Amino acid sequence: MRELDVSIVRDAVARLCVAANTRLPEDVKKAIDEFRSKEDWAIAKGVLENIVENYLIADSENVPICQDTGMACVFLEVGQEVHFVGGGLYDAVNEGVRRGYTDGYLRKSVVADPIRRGNTGDNTPAVVYTDIVPGDRVRITVGPKGFGSENMSAIKMLKPSDGLEGIKKFILDTVEAAGPNPCPPMVVGVGIGGTFDKAAYLAKKALMRPLDVRNPDPYYAELEIELLEQINALGIGPQGFGGLTTALGLNIEVMPTHIAGMPCAVNIGCHATRHATEVL
Amino acid sequence: MEHYVNLPLTAEKAKLLRAGDTVYLTGEVYTSRDAGHKRMVELLKRGEELPFDPKDATIYYVGPSPARPGQIIGSAGPTTSGRMDAYAPTLLAQGARGMIGKGARSPEVIEAMKQHTGVYFGAIGGAGALLAKCIKSSELIAWEDLQSEALRRLWVEDMPLVVVIDCEGNDLYAQGRAAYLEGR
Repeated sequence: MRELDVSIVRDAVARLCVAANTRLPEDVKKAIDEFRSKEDWAIAKGVLENIVENYLIADSENVPICQDTGMACVFLEVGQEVHFVGGGLYDAVNEGVRRGYTDGYLRKSVVADPIRRGNTGDNTPAVVYTDIVPGDRVRITVGPKGFGSENMSAIKMLKPSDGLEGIKKFILDTVEAAGPNPCPPMVVGVGIGGTFDKAAYLAKKALMRPLDVRNPDPYYAELEIELLEQINALGIGPQGFGGLTTALGLNIEVMPTHIAGMPCAVNIGCHATRHATEVL
Repeated sequence: MEHYVNLPLTAEKAKLLRAGDTVYLTGEVYTSRDAGHKRMVELLKRGEELPFDPKDATIYYVGPSPARPGQIIGSAGPTTSGRMDAYAPTLLAQGARGMIGKGARSPEVIEAMKQHTGVYFGAIGGAGALLAKCIKSSELIAWEDLQSEALRRLWVEDMPLVVVIDCEGNDLYAQGRAAYLEGR
């Protein structure tokens, strides 16, 4: 058994909120750079150059990459040998978000009620997911999620008879419907299987995986590559002005499902798909 | 085509701009997004006046991140314009002419733009650190309680924009994509 004071979690979450919002992950930078060299449509290349310039300014001046510093999605992988002391774990996570967003001059984008609205003033509460895993470590990933892209996401309860073609069509239709709205080039997170809610969770988790890491199952790894090519044949392009680079990457996460179902969720991310991780 | 445009955006200036043109905008713009637009339209419904003169005004759909001490503004890129579609025709009818944002607009907004000689500019979404560089002043005008969604007056200099929809209803999202697919 390892005792871990929740204040350590709180401070890590605060650091991760600021880090994720000001420094674009290396895998996303790499994908932008690769597409910039491949993109030969003038207006599209110009947009990608501006996007590079933007993340360089954010890096060097410690300012948010995007003003939408998102709703804080916090993924906790907790080793089952860990015993948290010093207070509630989720209270500590939310205090970390509060401090990170306040002290880091990040935008407070959370309203207290979905219909009655009213800004909470400190970007809490976070959306927290907890996995219990073997060991005595705690792995924390903060993925601030902007809503320009979140709003273009979709979920569908496909029938087993819809098959692979049905999955492909739904993913492409969702990207097509998103068009210029989610700040393309997008990152596409796909969740297939499980239940209604689990498919959506898998799609969000897919956005946290580095873009240069393929699904370990070769069947899905090939599908990721094929779908990315098909998306980049749509012509939507950076910002929707036309061009090759409609998406920087596509990740698929899957799990077993029911004999009657084939849920598929598509979580759209923007070109500033952000995540930062620490292991305690 | 490239244009350097000084605000306010008169109908004469608006008529020279075509979808796909690059524009460097200089002058006063007003920031407003979801909650601010709702309040503006509620004021007008009650027969009250807006907190700024809408004639030839340009509205930037942005909710900036907070400024650090010594900064004019935090990151300040555009938000998705479609959420303002319910309100934009009312503001265009009041004389507001320029809109800066990102993403598609509804047929109703495009119709109102044609009727009132409006222009929809696209700023690069997700480039808030870069766009903040052309904002030279920021002043709170109303609705401080809305925090990042408050109404602010900004002075922008050579703000880099693209005309996405012009006053004749030409749409770069459709035209640019078609041209790319045809030329590929």
